[in-house]
Amino acid sequence: MADPAGAVGRPLPRSAARRLAFGRGKYADDLRFPGLLHLAFVRSPHAHARILAIDPAPARAAVPEALVFTGAEIAAVCAPWQGTMEHLPSMVSPPQHALAVERVVWQGEPVAAVVARTRAEAEDAAGEVAVDWEALPAAAVRERTLDADAALVHPGLGSNLCFATTIEAGEAAAALANAAHVVEGSFSFARHTGVPLEMRTVIADYDPGEGRLTVHGSHQSPWHQQDTLSRMLGIPEQLVRVVSPDIGGGFGIKLHIYGEEIAVSAVSRLLGRPVKYVADRMESFVTDVHARDQGVTARLGVDADGRIGGLSVDALTSLGAYGSYGRPPISEGMMTIMMAAGAYANANYQARLRVAFQNKPPSGMYRAVGQPIACAVAEQLLDWAAHAAGIDPVELRRRNYWADEDYPVKTPGGLAIRRLSPRQCLDRLADMMGYDDLRAEQERLRGQGVYRGIGVATFLEMTSVGPAYYGPSGARISTQDGATVRLEPSGAVRCVTSVIELGQGTHAALAQIVADRLGVAAADVGVVGGDTASAPYGGGAWASRGLTIGGEAAWRAADGLRANILELAGSILQADPAALDLARGAVCDRATGEARIALAEIARIGHFRHDMLPPGVQPELAVTRHYVPDAAPFALANGVQGSSLEVDVETGEIRLLDHFVVEDCGRIVNPLLVEEQIRGGVVQGIGGALFEECRYDADGQMLNASFVDYLVPMAAGLPDIHVGHVETPIEETALGTKGAGEAGTVGAPAAILLAVNDALRPLGARVTALPIGPEAVLEAVAGARP
Amino acid sequence: MEEFADIELTVNGEKIAKRVEARQHLVDFLRIELGLTGSHLGCEHGVCGACTVRVDGQIVRGCLMLAIQADGADVWTIEGVSDTGEIEDLQEAFIARNALQCGYCTPGMLLTAAEMMEAGRKMSRTEIREFLSGNYCRCTGYHAIVDAVETTMESRFGG
Repeated sequence: MADPAGAVGRPLPRSAARRLAFGRGKYADDLRFPGLLHLAFVRSPHAHARILAIDPAPARAAVPEALVFTGAEIAAVCAPWQGTMEHLPSMVSPPQHALAVERVVWQGEPVAAVVARTRAEAEDAAGEVAVDWEALPAAAVRERTLDADAALVHPGLGSNLCFATTIEAGEAAAALANAAHVVEGSFSFARHTGVPLEMRTVIADYDPGEGRLTVHGSHQSPWHQQDTLSRMLGIPEQLVRVVSPDIGGGFGIKLHIYGEEIAVSAVSRLLGRPVKYVADRMESFVTDVHARDQGVTARLGVDADGRIGGLSVDALTSLGAYGSYGRPPISEGMMTIMMAAGAYANANYQARLRVAFQNKPPSGMYRAVGQPIACAVAEQLLDWAAHAAGIDPVELRRRNYWADEDYPVKTPGGLAIRRLSPRQCLDRLADMMGYDDLRAEQERLRGQGVYRGIGVATFLEMTSVGPAYYGPSGARISTQDGATVRLEPSGAVRCVTSVIELGQGTHAALAQIVADRLGVAAADVGVVGGDTASAPYGGGAWASRGLTIGGEAAWRAADGLRANILELAGSILQADPAALDLARGAVCDRATGEARIALAEIARIGHFRHDMLPPGVQPELAVTRHYVPDAAPFALANGVQGSSLEVDVETGEIRLLDHFVVEDCGRIVNPLLVEEQIRGGVVQGIGGALFEECRYDADGQMLNASFVDYLVPMAAGLPDIHVGHVETPIEETALGTKGAGEAGTVGAPAAILLAVNDALRPLGARVTALPIGPEAVLEAVAGARP
Repeated sequence: MEEFADIELTVNGEKIAKRVEARQHLVDFLRIELGLTGSHLGCEHGVCGACTVRVDGQIVRGCLMLAIQADGADVWTIEGVSDTGEIEDLQEAFIARNALQCGYCTPGMLLTAAEMMEAGRKMSRTEIREFLSGNYCRCTGYHAIVDAVETTMESRFGG
């Protein structure tokens, strides 16, 4: 475990917070480029339409300096991409152009790019571009997308079906037929998006002299961006550099390849000038990837003692018009059917998944991908089963978790689980919540007409997805991350990482890891990253992988540097390197701990006094290591969340009273960072449970594409969030972390849904569609009244 | 209507005279014309609070005010209040408590918190949450921000 004198395990504030809190952040839109031009897009007002003609003349009349590039003109210099997966030949996905050519397939799809001297002028001109449209019928209602008479998003595919699969394990049908109690429900999870506060930004700067493209942007994976730009634009990869500066939140939204970003680079190349595009909020709502949008019908059978007999899940995911390039668009649904009830002992499971295209913005990965759905469906069924069997819901869960002797487990959904700790988390949570007292108070208040609810949900968080998934798909996305650790002449340490920082604090945690391996203070380690031209190649930021993969790489690089420093020290001190150690900023005698020579002195000699070294000694004071998470397909964190809330059955208002989380993310490098990841994740989960929805009409028009109409959680009305930990490090890595970025978002919607239905139970009312607004509560209450 | 206008104002204590486009809002003026990029834009329709700046002693949505409306005004941004040290205790509390992640909302959040301090008393957590509700944060879930503001109020005004 953590060295008591070390940095790992301590709640150290991160140095970047100081810069950001003093207004010195440098986000992409803050950077300055001489000769910069600004770009605005002309977008489709239709969800589905044919482009008959595009006339730039009115735009040139309004802004004489403006230049207009149509989709066809961009397509001439930029190849399309296709989001298919080599290992899933049955999954279809059509080629996608940076800008639409001939036909648009969602409202907001860009059809032309307009460049001018200022953004205002670019927008003026874009507003004047005349497009002749032929509107076509749109597929925009989830339940109707697979009907025989549904409009086809991509007529060439012959159907809107992107992918379908089933799981059959054991005898689910028989088990459900023979169960003492069977509960079922049809659930709906609305389409929503991630809403990072900084909108997507890109500045592409093509230098025609060297043929070099430099792109600065708010991107979570500049590596994926570099690869795509190089191939789509035909620029040799050594001449493509992508830089992610400070990023104003991502949550998965900024992980994807967007037509706009690629088009900006194409335009910069055509003009030989730097070109900038910053999405506005409305553009963000209709072009940032959307997520969730799934209907699930599920049944659970338990015996008289509440033990699970069988489970069936039938899910229909609605994508947008495309999946994301390189990121399987079926993940939302696959995670749902793979992970539902994964923490519980069960042998009988059947599942079906269908994934269909719609005329809506492309779908992609948003924090927790599919797992909030798996969690909410299974946990709600378990709550209903507990009440059907007359067993306390918490007790029912205790009875059903996999037993410790069951591990390692292959669940019927297909999850390989090495070990989980739900019992320890549940006991800890029940204690933190004062579960028994809350139940007693709930009962007492019900006598007074006050409807309180308690929801306790067990969650799994799949993180650090490795080569077993990304490799066979053929996606040109690295599951590896890398780090270079370097001793500077003063004895300070620098770490250059492929991990992208978006506020999680990963870079600060890397400093803590490197500091401990080299026996220095975390403040003596500077961490930089985000530049594909200078950092070791890697993956970027997704699936809560920063520390589990990038941290392990930094650990190994630091250990390599440590060995080199000790070898150099051995030659300077005429000592056996194996008898030396690094601690407190010095080379010490390993046996006695006595300092022999300051690290700064080793660094000075190693860099500047090569004349003092014995012949043949070559100081190597920078070491690069990469780490592939090869021991398992993914890491699996787990935990339990609890919600306590009150429902006003007259107004439908849901008042959140308290929220509790106990999670096991393996070794905790910095509890301050972990706890705020959890809390932030919980509140995004609360957003999905109560507020957030991209509302569309049947013609595919988004109805709430502004912050006035699309609700996100605000400070008022949110509860304090109490966080506890169980710490079970994984054994496959030296570091032992599992990841913590999505746990909050996985479990919070379930805890809230369960608590609302727990509150409504005495009325015989239930809600099964998220987000749960006051109207849904009132309708449920009215529908239950005799 | 004229497309341009001359304005004179004070920004972070410095006198500024500029010719501005009539349609340019205050935060675009601060960011583009003066290079004060600490104020951010999150929606440009007055909801998210990322653009919060102080004008004549009161916080405003910098995206809902035109630069020409600031003619003659006294404007303060995160850069100015950082330089004077006026909100150093708040900033230190935010840093110690990790009350920011991506930091995009933070300048606006801090200026709002600074205005809250003018009440001259420690507020309840519920009051703090109400006051902060004009500033969106997508990263923290707000809990740590409420903690940081509460801690600063305790140290300024006593528990």
